[in-house]
Amino acid sequence: MHFDIDQYYSRMNSGEVILAYKGSISSELITNVLEVIDAKLEDLIIRKSIKKKLYNVLVESLQNLYHHIDDLPDSTNGKFDVHFGIFVITKEGERYKVSTGNFIRNDKIQPLQDRLERVMSMSKEELKNLYKQILNNQDFTKKGGVGLGLIDMAKRTDGQLDYQFREYNEDYSFFNLDIYV
Amino acid sequence: MESISIEGTTKTPEVKLNPENGVIEIKGRSIPENSIEFYRPIIEWLDEYAKNPNKKTTVNVQLEYFNTSSSKCILDIFKKLETLKKARNEVVINWYYEEDDEDMLESGEDYESIIRVPFKMIEIVD
Repeated sequence: MHFDIDQYYSRMNSGEVILAYKGSISSELITNVLEVIDAKLEDLIIRKSIKKKLYNVLVESLQNLYHHIDDLPDSTNGKFDVHFGIFVITKEGERYKVSTGNFIRNDKIQPLQDRLERVMSMSKEELKNLYKQILNNQDFTKKGGVGLGLIDMAKRTDGQLDYQFREYNEDYSFFNLDIYV
Repeated sequence: MESISIEGTTKTPEVKLNPENGVIEIKGRSIPENSIEFYRPIIEWLDEYAKNPNKKTTVNVQLEYFNTSSSKCILDIFKKLETLKKARNEVVINWYYEEDDEDMLESGEDYESIIRVPFKMIEIVD
């Protein structure tokens, strides 16, 4: 039995939803979403520093999605758009939650999980030092990233991240990342 | 040498590079998915400028947002300026941040500690 993405999406879509999207993640989509959300946050959030933090986290999480989505092979992919991903922004009490979801090849889970655990266990000072070290020493990857997205989000939110991997089939899982601002 | 003037968009900053007065300005948002392409002409301009620079180079960076992809390119720019300073040219870097934006102030401090050129931190008050 496959993990049910639709059911999962509707569950994510509960509470005070600011924005929810399910489908193809393209550069144009990101541009449009950022424009819409920029205007929306302007109305919603009074403290500019919170608005900026949230916006920054959105940029990184959407671009992480864009760079790291694995597409399901054609045989099983009829159901999903190319470069399929999910993201939802909700308000939970005083906090904002940014959730993203995407397919990942099962053999990539362990390294990602190790990275997540490492980043989530670090203090702000450790994150800052790691950020500077990577910034200063790493070259661009083939995907055009620098491997700083997760560290940047953890640094800005004091490590308030949460994640889950749900098996989809023997080769792929669905990866869900929640970031609290 | 030519000056460069690039208009800002929702994802890329306004950039002004003026060889006459040695003023370099980067302003707005820098959040493209791939920043290398956007920054390449700026880096190339700086390489050219460094061959015959003004006695004084003033750099004004006033960013509202930048993503991690841009952060690398921005560091590359600062490294060019560090080289310029090592060659005994005067280099002034003004890092602007909005009131209350501690993350942006911190980013400026991070760059400053990597390149060893003092930054002037300027708070913009509404």
